[in-house]
Amino acid sequence: MSTLSSTVPQARTTNLALYRRRRIYNLLGWALFGLFFALLAFALLDIVGTVLKRGWPALSLELFTSSTNGVSGGLLNAIVGTFALTVGSLILATPVGVFGGIFVSEYQSSALARVIRYLSDVMVGVPSIVFGLFGYITMVTWFGWQFSMLAGCITLALMIIPYILRTTELALRGVAPELREAAYALGAGHATVVMRVILRSCISRVLTGILLAMAISMGETAPLIYTVNWSNYVWDGHLTREPVAYLTYVIWSFINEPFDSAHALAYAAALLITVFVLVITIFARLALSKFSSNQAH
Amino acid sequence: MRHAGGSFRIFVALFAAVIPLSIGALIAFLFYDAWPAIHFNGLQFLTQSSWNLGNQYGDAVTVRGAEVMPGASFGILFLIVGTLASSLIALLLAIPIGLGAAVFLAEAVPARLRQPASLLVELLASVPSVVFGLWGYVVLIPFASKHLYPFLSKVLGFIPFFAPPTRNGYGLLTSGIVLALMVVPLITANMREAVMTTPRALREAGLATGATRFEVMRHIVLPRLRLPLIGVSTLALGRALGETMAVLMVSGNAINILPHRVYSSISTMAAFMVSQLDSALQDPSGMAVNSITEIGLILLLISMLVNGIARLLVSRISTL
Repeated sequence: MSTLSSTVPQARTTNLALYRRRRIYNLLGWALFGLFFALLAFALLDIVGTVLKRGWPALSLELFTSSTNGVSGGLLNAIVGTFALTVGSLILATPVGVFGGIFVSEYQSSALARVIRYLSDVMVGVPSIVFGLFGYITMVTWFGWQFSMLAGCITLALMIIPYILRTTELALRGVAPELREAAYALGAGHATVVMRVILRSCISRVLTGILLAMAISMGETAPLIYTVNWSNYVWDGHLTREPVAYLTYVIWSFINEPFDSAHALAYAAALLITVFVLVITIFARLALSKFSSNQAH
Repeated sequence: MRHAGGSFRIFVALFAAVIPLSIGALIAFLFYDAWPAIHFNGLQFLTQSSWNLGNQYGDAVTVRGAEVMPGASFGILFLIVGTLASSLIALLLAIPIGLGAAVFLAEAVPARLRQPASLLVELLASVPSVVFGLWGYVVLIPFASKHLYPFLSKVLGFIPFFAPPTRNGYGLLTSGIVLALMVVPLITANMREAVMTTPRALREAGLATGATRFEVMRHIVLPRLRLPLIGVSTLALGRALGETMAVLMVSGNAINILPHRVYSSISTMAAFMVSQLDSALQDPSGMAVNSITEIGLILLLISMLVNGIARLLVSRISTL
């Protein structure tokens, strides 16, 4: 009796202490996780904020109407170059990526399709600088194209083909099998079913993937240093033997110059690229989540 | 024609074949161009920190059967160390922070806000590398050299790696922090999905035993996600190893020196390939460019290996 009365209240207090400690750990744990999230969100907002705050005062009409002149002037040459490189790489990469994606999705059980799917995942992870070096060895020197638009476009295209292939494949696989059966039942051939029924029904998802690839292509720098170099003039339409200007080069190169005019151009270029890339990405992601909620219904 | 599935299959297969052909061409051309350097540098390439183009104004001499400039030697040990150390720091930071943020997004954020909140983290993945470098240069480096690193050296100074002097803010830890921010969305996005797909019955069983939500997460949900975490971390490692522009702008671009502290200047294989391109192109013997190609070949093979392993891990998980 005496032992019971002495041990029970003690057990109760240690239990209560343990309970309190577990509650405190619970709160601290979630607070830490919340802090980690806040840290990452802050980093993104600080990066975007820095670019906007420093890039905004540097924006002017001259930026869009004149070319760089040494480390001053405008960005017309770089804007034209980035636009042409992006469009050029998409023109080359889109058919390859989309048809390749059709192969991997339509014949997904074949060994070749599985190997190609695996290899394109591996290829997505190859550093962009390695593609640049490849472009330099083959196109710039061996083919004798020198630093040029075509070498840059093909290099960027090689980088984004696996992205487009995989997003196309995922889009095609999301199409309901009933649609395919209905099309076959109408007597359509395989190519017709794929190209005019299946692909058409998920074309917006395929286009979203291409859009994301476009954002990647626009933001690249390292492979272009090896294949395109830099020019103070607006691209004159030559595909080879003519270096081209592009926006990301301005950011990297001009920020290290000791002149305010150079810094202003670097910030302006960073603002243009960041806004373009983020707007494209947000638009594509919102569109994707809309498609998936439509599909769920 | 239209009814023959065979010809359609061949048509699309030709486009798909671009993938294996590109990978084959990457390896073949890099190997071919690097061959004189592989032959000339031997194993010293990996074991010495001696990148020296030699006397560029002298007459080429023949060493080990190759025409090189007098005194030329190429050893990239410092780049291998810099690449591995900065990627390791990036993972040490990105795995706990990315996982914690993923759990927070999956469990603590109301469903209505989850998508915009996740977007805030995942958009980090779309910020171009060179913009990360710019931010590192104008924001992170001044902050690190004035506040963060003096503080770190005071608190952790008893550990040799963290001891002062803290230098100018360029270097190993700065590169690691920037790399961590670049790869963390990969971890957060994938682990958030993984946490959310954990069966509800398991959590409810855990809560029914009287465990707190944090304890359920630590002892029931997260241990099940070890394999996917290893998979995405390997993927993140692959990305960190090859990152170029951001590292180039914040690493301090050290040559032939091994880092002794987290504040030391470093360079990585990828960043070095850009910083040395101009001077290598001046080398009349061509051996400098061949040696840069050898760096690229090693980087290609490492990244294919790391990504190949990561994809095997990840795909095995998704089929489970």
